[in-house]
Order: sequence, then C-alpha cells, then structure tokens
Amino acid sequence: MATHHVSTVLPDEPEKATLEGKNKILGFWLFLGGETVLFGSLFATFIALRDQTNGGPTSQQLFDMPLVAAATLILLTSSLTSVFAILALHKHDLKKMQVWMTVTVLLGLCFLALEIYEFVHYVHMGHKMTSGAFGSAFYTLVGFHGAHVLFGIIWIATIQLQTVKKGLTVVTAPKFYLASLYWHFIDVVWVFIFTVVYLMGMIGGKVG
Amino acid sequence: MSAHAHAPKRSGIADWLTTVDHKKIGILYLIAGGFFFLAGGIEALLIRLQLMYPNLSLVGAKTFNELITMHGTTMIFLAAMPVIFALMNAIVPLQIGARDVAFPFVNALGFWLFFFGGVLINTSWFLGGAPDAGWTSYATLALNQYSKGSGVDFYVLGLQIAGLGTLIGGINFLVTIINMRAPGMTFMRMPMFTWSAFVTSGLILFAFPAVTVGLVLLMFDRLFGAAFFNPDMGGNVVIWQHLFWIFGHPEVYILILPAFGIISEVVSTFSRKRLFGYSSMVFATALIGFLGFMVWAHHMFTTGMGPVANTLFGLATMLIAVPTGIKIFNWLLTMWGGQIRFPTANLFAVGFIPTFTIGGMTGVMLSIPAADYQYHDTYFVVAHFHYVIVGGMAFGLFAGLYYWWPKMFGKVLNETLGKWSFWTFFIGFHLTFFPQHFLGLMGMPRRVFTFLPGQNLEFGNFISTIGVFGMTIGTILFLLNAYVTAKSGKRAPADPWDGRTLEWSIPSPPPEYNFAQTPLVRGLDALWVEKMAGNKGMTPAEPLGSIHMPSGSILPFLMSGGLFIAGYGFMYHKYVLVGIGMVIFFSCMMIRSLKDDPGYHIDPVEMDEKGVKA
Ligand code: HEM
Ligand SMILES: [Cu+2]
Repeated sequence: MATHHVSTVLPDEPEKATLEGKNKILGFWLFLGGETVLFGSLFATFIALRDQTNGGPTSQQLFDMPLVAAATLILLTSSLTSVFAILALHKHDLKKMQVWMTVTVLLGLCFLALEIYEFVHYVHMGHKMTSGAFGSAFYTLVGFHGAHVLFGIIWIATIQLQTVKKGLTVVTAPKFYLASLYWHFIDVVWVFIFTVVYLMGMIGGKVG
Repeated sequence: MSAHAHAPKRSGIADWLTTVDHKKIGILYLIAGGFFFLAGGIEALLIRLQLMYPNLSLVGAKTFNELITMHGTTMIFLAAMPVIFALMNAIVPLQIGARDVAFPFVNALGFWLFFFGGVLINTSWFLGGAPDAGWTSYATLALNQYSKGSGVDFYVLGLQIAGLGTLIGGINFLVTIINMRAPGMTFMRMPMFTWSAFVTSGLILFAFPAVTVGLVLLMFDRLFGAAFFNPDMGGNVVIWQHLFWIFGHPEVYILILPAFGIISEVVSTFSRKRLFGYSSMVFATALIGFLGFMVWAHHMFTTGMGPVANTLFGLATMLIAVPTGIKIFNWLLTMWGGQIRFPTANLFAVGFIPTFTIGGMTGVMLSIPAADYQYHDTYFVVAHFHYVIVGGMAFGLFAGLYYWWPKMFGKVLNETLGKWSFWTFFIGFHLTFFPQHFLGLMGMPRRVFTFLPGQNLEFGNFISTIGVFGMTIGTILFLLNAYVTAKSGKRAPADPWDGRTLEWSIPSPPPEYNFAQTPLVRGLDALWVEKMAGNKGMTPAEPLGSIHMPSGSILPFLMSGGLFIAGYGFMYHKYVLVGIGMVIFFSCMMIRSLKDDPGYHIDPVEMDEKGVKA
C-alpha cells in the first residue's frame, strides 16, 4: 500500500481534486434534477387540489404572514451561512468552516421547530392530512420539504463529526460541497413553497 | 502474489452478496431479471390458457385480475428493465474503455433495491392476494373501497423500493458515461449501445420521480386516509393518470432505446460495415428521448381532456415516427451491400426490424384520437404494445444476450439450439399477437377474464393461445442453451464475432480491472480502426501500473433489506418494523459515510485472465 503519499497541501478546490470528487458533484447535480421533477409533481398536485378543502378551513383562514416570513428568513439566512462555510473551505480554514456549518444546522433546526409548531397549530384548526384533498396536498408538499430539511441537518451533522477526526481532505471536502448544494436546493424549493403555497394562498380568492 | 496486491478474500455466495464489480452486478441483474421473466411468463401462460376457449373458468375472475396486474408489473419493472440493466452494466464501461463505473457502491445498492422490491411485490401471492388493479393501478379502482386487501399496497411499496434502485442506477450510468470515457472516446465516437444507455438513463432520471410521487400519494390514500384520489373528499383521479403516464410513456422508451442500441451494434458487426448514418442515429435517439416526454397524454384520450389537448398530443405522438423511421432505414442501409452473416444474434436483430415496424404502425393508428375511442382498452392495444415490447424489446434483448454472452460468461452460446429457439419464439410470437389485432377490432375488451361464444372470437383466441406454446418452447430452449453452454468446456476467444468496438479488445470474460492499460481511442468503432491499421489490439494511453479497485461491501444488501422490512411495517401498520428497517437503513448509510473505503491494488505482474465467474 505504500505507493500513495498523502500530500499535506490541499489543492485550491479540494472538492474537485479527485475523479471521485468530480463524479460525486456531477452525480449530485443530476440527482437534484430528479428532485426537481419530484417537487414539480408535488407542486402540480398541490395547485390542482388547493381549493378542495372539503368543508375544512381554507388557506386564507389558516395562513399567517409573520410565522411564514420568519421561517423564510431563517432558511434564507442558513443558505447564506452555508456559503460562508464553503468560502472558508476554499481558504482551507477548517475552524471557520465548522463554525458556519454549525450555524447552518442550528438555523435549520429553528426552521423545523417553527414548521412543527405550524403543523400542530393547523391540526387544531381542523386542517388535517385526512380532512380533504387540500389537507393531503398541503402536508405532503410542505412535509416533504420538511423531511428534506431534517435529512440535511442529520447529513451535515454527520460530516461535521468526520472533520473532527479527519480534518479537511480531498475526501471530506466534496461531502461538504454537496451538502451545501443540497441545502441551497432545499432553500430554492422553499422559495417556491413560500410563493405558491403561502403567498398565493393568502391573497388568492377562491378560484373557479 | 506480489506484496502490493490485496485481492478480496471473499468467495462463493458472500462474494456475490458483497460484489461491487459492474460485470458481476450485470450477471446478478441477468439472473434476477431472468427469474422474474419466468414468473411473468408463467402468469402470461395462465392468462392465455384462461382465454383459450369461451366461458372457461380455469383461474376465475379474481385470480385473472391478479394475474394481468402481476404480469404487466413484473414484465415491465422486474424483468425488462433489469435485463436491460444487466447488459448496460456488463457492457457500457467496456465500450467506453473504463475500468469501472462512477459509483460501484451505488451500483450494487441499485441492484439490491430492485431485487428486494421485486421480492416484496411477489410475496403478495402468499400473503393474502396479489395486486389486482392493473399495472397502471388507476384510482379509484386502486383505492381501498374497490381494491380491498393489501394487494395494491404491495404494488405501491415494492415499486417504490425497486424504483429507487433504478433511479440511482440511472444516475450512475450518466456520470460514468460523461466522466469516465477513455482518452479519444468523444461523444460522437461512442458506440450506439452506449448512446442509448445514456439517453435511457436520462429518461430514467426525469421519469421515475413522477411515479415516485404518484406512488407516495396512492400510499398515503390507502394507508393513511389521505384524499388525493378520492372524489368524495375533493380528490382528483386524473392526477394519478398524469403522474403515472408522465412516467409511463417515457418508460416504454426506456425499454426500447437500449434495444435500438443493441440492434445497431449487432447489425453493423454482422454486416461487416460501419453503421450507416451514425450521426443521424445519435440525433434520432436523442430526439426520440425528448419526444418521449411530450406525448404522455396519448394514454388519456378518452379521459375527457378535450379536443385541443387530444389533437396536440396526437400530433406530437405521430412525430416520433420520423426519428424512428430514420433508424429503421439506417439499419436496412447498413445491411445493404454488407457481408451479412446470420448467427442467432443477427437472426433476432433482423427479426426485430419488421416486427417492431408493425408495432410502430399500429402505434400511429392509436395516436389518432378519434380512432383511439374505438381501439381503447381492446385487444388491439394489447397487440400493439406486445409488438413493441416483445417484438421490439424482447427480440432486442435476445439479440444482445446471444451477442454479448461470450463477453459476459466466456462461452459462446450453442448456435443450433439458438436457431431453434429463435424460430420457435419468432413464430410463436406472431401467432400469439397478430390475431389479437383483429380480436380487438372486433371489440374484445382487455382485462376481462372471459368472452362469450358465438361472437366470432373463438378462433382468434385459440390461435393466440397456441402461439404461446411456441414462445414457451423458445424460452425453454434458451435456458437449455445457457445450461449446455455452461457445461461445455469450450472457452470463447476475446473477439468471437470479429467485432468493432472496445469490449472485444479484452479477454472474455474480462479481468476485474477490465483494461490493463486504458486504451487510446482513434475513431468510431475503435477496435475496427486499429484492425484496419494492421494493429494487433488497442494502443494504450498510459503505462502499465498498479490499479486501484474499490472493495466489496455487504452494506448495499443490508440497506435494501432494511427498506424491505420497513415496507412490511408500513403495509401492516406495524411501526416497530418500520423503525427497525429504517434504523438498519440509516445506520448502514452512516457506516458508509464515516468509514472511507481504502480499496485495494492489483499489480500488473499478476494480471492474467482472471475474470468473472458464474
Ligand atoms: C411472453 C409472452 C407474453 C404473453 C403471452 C403475454 C400476454 C398478455 C396478456 C394475455 C395480457 C392481458 C391482456 C388483458 O387482458 O389486458 C397481457 C398484458 C400485458 N402484458 Fe403481456 N404477454 C407477454 C409478454 C409480455 C412482455 C415481455 C411484456 C413487457 C415487457 C408484457 C407487458 C404487458 C403489459 C404491460 C400488460 C398490461 C397488463 C395490464 O393490463 O395491467 N407482456 N400480456
Ligand atoms: Cu405512450
């Protein structure tokens, strides 16, 4: 095995330094393409069913701007902090990267907490998964996004643990790069949810 | 043994459960897919026996519904796709001069997910009844009110798991083809089979998430009381149809494009000519892939979308005939003036051409909305799609199997048995499905378990069932051939057909690292270029050196097993099982993420003709 020598000098873009890294990044972009279709299908379903409240509360009665605005702000900020983390990665500043990634995870947790609070609140108002097509479509779309956030949090936390042991290498760098791509993607999806589900739900009257 | 080499020590069954070698995974796909092919074939045989005479009650209505559902589902998801994946795994990396696929671990995971998903669906037969709402599983028929029992739950969960495997397999092929081509292997020098694998993988990537969503919604409706498709609670059944066919139509191109690729390779090799119109073939493949996404609603003409939508989708569908026609003429022109040989592989390829053309013509007939109101849900449709998927894809797969068997297993299939198998299968096929066109035009509905005497449907149905015996014999002869060939001691040379592409430049079967030295590609039909220049083999693009290989892993198997367990948990509302399954799944994922794989090295001095064994 003695033939490799691990160089201590990291290349400028360590995430793209190896073929494995390049493959992972390309594969991940493709995966996000598939995720786009997935969320696209959920959005289409939601749009088709959003007025089918089956006698339950409508979106105008449910949604509440301050709550959603806070959630949006938190998530957008977390995207920014993950950018700072990647900038630190490119400077090979491990400490700073870890700090910013931790902030990202914490903001993600805040977002999730708000979402759980929101869901509980709606259920009390009689808006459930089983109360009608609108409820089913709402919880499925927004819940799918929430599950993605949860997955992202666990993922980033796991690779954070790795850097404690392994530091920043050409093996760990691509993982962070991908996690940040994923995090931005989740954020973009949220911007669409904010627009299509909440804004359109709050201002739009009953269609048709 | 040199000190550098750390060959994996596993052997026997443990080796197969942990392998990440794309050639072995190809063989696993072939065995599992072949097994499901037999299951689907037995189901088809039973369906046809039930329809041999009017008013028979051989299996009865309930079982009949289960049989057609399982036949369609099995054939599409568990037989056809996996065998395609078998060939793509075994051949694509070789054709582009790669040592491996981009993600060997993910590749193994893809296989095991498919396998466990398929097993899950099939256990339904023993656990209270198989799914019975048709392979399209239309709501409301597929909801609890109309499909009682857990049959459709098996469909939903099994396909979800298997579909995940297909999706990651598709991504793996895309990255492999984009990033891992040998020096000189430009996109416009890629063999047609690799091109078709590329486009097919793209279709998988964009089509499967749609059905994933559809299956999730159906699962929520059935298991958790959601209301997506329940009109009483504001749900909308047409959403299912859209999601299903946004996936379902591309799916038929996912199946047929690789067959097109195989035919291009086989026809050109056995005509000893380069493929006529290579660049137009590439263009046509990509165009078919694109148009495949634009036409899904031709399955929904009778849903009530209105004349404008029907017309547009009808026209878009007819457009596909143009690139398809280009392909057919190019194959004919490749053969034109070539030195044609007819081993079994080429018999299947040449048999494919007129058969698929007939299927294509009935497809154009179906794309006329007004006419479709007449054909819809009759045996005309059954005849059409079997001409396309059996006459097209299955013939293509057989051609590919006969052609690449030596590369995969190191033995050439027996030609005498091969020819018998071709002719019985070919004649049986046309006897089975040609009369169904007329049965359909005479009004025989599909998915109905029997028919009445005195409506002139007896003769056609009888012939159709007789034809199945021909196909059955053909299949048995093929299996016999595989067995006889495995027993025979004759080993295949590296290049048994005087081939044109890279896979024929290395031993049969290839060593685990494929190429001792990455080859330098100097034109289309890379090996042929060297042969014409009088060279013995490919020119290497790198010096001989130690080769790094990934180590095997049991994790893909365990992860898929975890989802398998969780699947049962969801179905029976046993959330402990869901928990256990998910814990297995995520812990394996965690282990994979925390433990880096150092792999092992193979030293050139010990490189010999060690290949895959099966
Ligand atoms: C081996 C010879 C085969 C025979 C004899 C056969 C026969 C049949 C029959 C009788 C039906 C039922 C028609 C109905 O009542 O609706 C059927 C349906 C179907 N077959 Fe086949 N088939 C064969 C092979 C295949 C293959 C290779 C595929 C695909 C790769 C396939 C895909 C389907 C599909 C998708 C359906 C529709 C099932 C449904 O209505 O839900 N078949 N086949
Ligand atoms: Cu179609």
